[in-house]
Amino acid sequence: MSSGGNRLLLDLYRTMRRIRTFEERVNELFVRGQSAGSMLHMSIGEESVAGVCKAMEPGDSFTTHHRGHGIFIARGADTKRMMAEIAGKEDGYCSGKGGSMHIADMRLGHLGANAIVGGGIPHVVGAGLSYRNRKLSHVSVAFFGDGAAQQGILYEAMNMAALWKLPVVFCCINNQYGMGTRIDRATANTNLHERALAFGLNGVTIDGRDVEEVHEAAERMINGARNGKPGFIALNCYRFFGHARLDKSPYRDPVEETEGRRKDAVANARAKLATASSAELDELDETVTREMNAAVDHAVAAAAPARDSMFRDVYAPREPQPRPLRQHLSGILGGH
Amino acid sequence: MAAVETTYRDALRQALIDAMQEDPSIFIIGEEVGRYGGAYGVTKGLLEMFGEARVIDTPISEAGLIGAAVGAAMTGSRPVAELMYVDFAGLVMDQMANQAAKSRYMFGGQTGVSMVLRTQGGTGRSAAAQHSQSLEAWFAHVPGLRVVMPATVNDAYHLLRMALKRPDPVIFIEHKGLYVRKGRMDAAKPDGEWGKAVVRRAGTDVTIIAYSKMVHESLAAAEALAEKGVEAEVIDLRTLNPLDDEAMFASVAKTGRAMIVSEAVMTGGFAAELSARISERCFDYLEEPVVRVAGEDIPIPVSPDLERAAVPDARLVAETGLWLVKRIAPSWAA
Repeated sequence: MSSGGNRLLLDLYRTMRRIRTFEERVNELFVRGQSAGSMLHMSIGEESVAGVCKAMEPGDSFTTHHRGHGIFIARGADTKRMMAEIAGKEDGYCSGKGGSMHIADMRLGHLGANAIVGGGIPHVVGAGLSYRNRKLSHVSVAFFGDGAAQQGILYEAMNMAALWKLPVVFCCINNQYGMGTRIDRATANTNLHERALAFGLNGVTIDGRDVEEVHEAAERMINGARNGKPGFIALNCYRFFGHARLDKSPYRDPVEETEGRRKDAVANARAKLATASSAELDELDETVTREMNAAVDHAVAAAAPARDSMFRDVYAPREPQPRPLRQHLSGILGGH
Repeated sequence: MAAVETTYRDALRQALIDAMQEDPSIFIIGEEVGRYGGAYGVTKGLLEMFGEARVIDTPISEAGLIGAAVGAAMTGSRPVAELMYVDFAGLVMDQMANQAAKSRYMFGGQTGVSMVLRTQGGTGRSAAAQHSQSLEAWFAHVPGLRVVMPATVNDAYHLLRMALKRPDPVIFIEHKGLYVRKGRMDAAKPDGEWGKAVVRRAGTDVTIIAYSKMVHESLAAAEALAEKGVEAEVIDLRTLNPLDDEAMFASVAKTGRAMIVSEAVMTGGFAAELSARISERCFDYLEEPVVRVAGEDIPIPVSPDLERAAVPDARLVAETGLWLVKRIAPSWAA
């Protein structure tokens, strides 16, 4: 801040504000029927993952889960192209083929959002092998939720990462719920980082309310990984809303929800910063609102993909391509 | 390089060696591929040649190691992941069918997953129900995956070399009953192009379509048929995806009869796909129904006698061919 305030915190606040506002706009897009598909998972309440993303370097890669909008924004996504992808439009990140749950950007190191719980976790082990063999100093981070912490593949991946001393970090965003199942109904030991310790990784559990603490702990884990000891971060937070847009989470106690929503990293950071200059923060918020409104306008106005693009990218260009059904039928019936 | 006599196994190993010397981004990852040399010996000696960074022994974590290969392929490597038995496909299907196969498409063409999954299947070693299956249809059912099943020694070499140059994930299914098979390998001369079937024997009376070990059973059957005055044309598909159906159609248009020989269980198998395509496209040429000679719809039993009876062999193919062409009833129907 101009008044000598905390530049890092301001930066993290801006990112978290952008995530929050982006998700609010995505939600509206969905309500108006302008998003593609029936699946939409908001990461409101999980914004302090910005602290982990800030601790990563350019060139580092990552995989995310179905609730990964915030992570991608924090790693530098263009919100217009993101919103366009969520709306299934031509100039979205994946040409309208992936959508919210399969967004990716190889240039920013985003190896892909995944809609199979835990599906993207082992990919960072492979990225770690690539970096080791190619003598690159990058780190690869797998982001996933507490639901995926109960999938076997996480343990296969952690075991190999530790065994081979790979530059890999596992970041479990523990929002307390795997769909409708609270974590204490899914596992007997909810201290998730202890599992990583058992495999020989560094491990830490952080309270996601304080993004600065998240950032500091993530730096330790990521630096450790870059130097040959993979890490595990359990980022504790609370999923403010239902599993997906239409889920009103009737399985949650309203008192618990009220308590949970008080663990608000965005509000917490703003309160810390406001003592310096609230006028500047108001202006920042305004700027973010304008950015996200523009992203929505762009997505709504953008063109839908051309119909014949559906056959593209099943295989590489110049490789044998799928035969469209109508062509197949003409081959049978055309001569009769 | 001159042609040499070698085995299917050694041809595969030579393909890996030549490819790894040519392309430093290739590494092998799998269970027992290094010190042990591979469950069937294909990767023997490669650890010594290429070192631990390029021949990586993994814990018994099939989904994890195949998943690692997917991630490596997206970050500049070209991994060869070995799945010891195709029967373990159930453990890795998410990584192959949802991750490797769909990444290019879901991400709008931003990345391919240039990896080869080497595995082996089939009967012949009395390995019982969980180590003897022919599961190519599982993979062939997934858009985005290529599926390769070499029958000959020369194809073992060349199709693996070609697979290791492809931009998309390739399921390379070897046959455990072919590893010791001898044959000619000419590193300078492939049997055919990638994605093209090869006519292994020309004939005019019936078209036999096969792949992997069933090519050899079909060729033996064709010799027996020739003695009875039936000339069978034997087509080796070599790759199930890409599928060279034009080669099948051209042959069936000529012979008017088609038999598909497959070791896999019949129901829902790849033979059914081939049969459907031939029926659709060659309807006007067919003189008889398209016939599938496939595995029995049972798990593979361990007893060698029962195991042999569970899958087609040359005699069954020949008898069926004679029935189809000459209306001579086979031994079991007489």
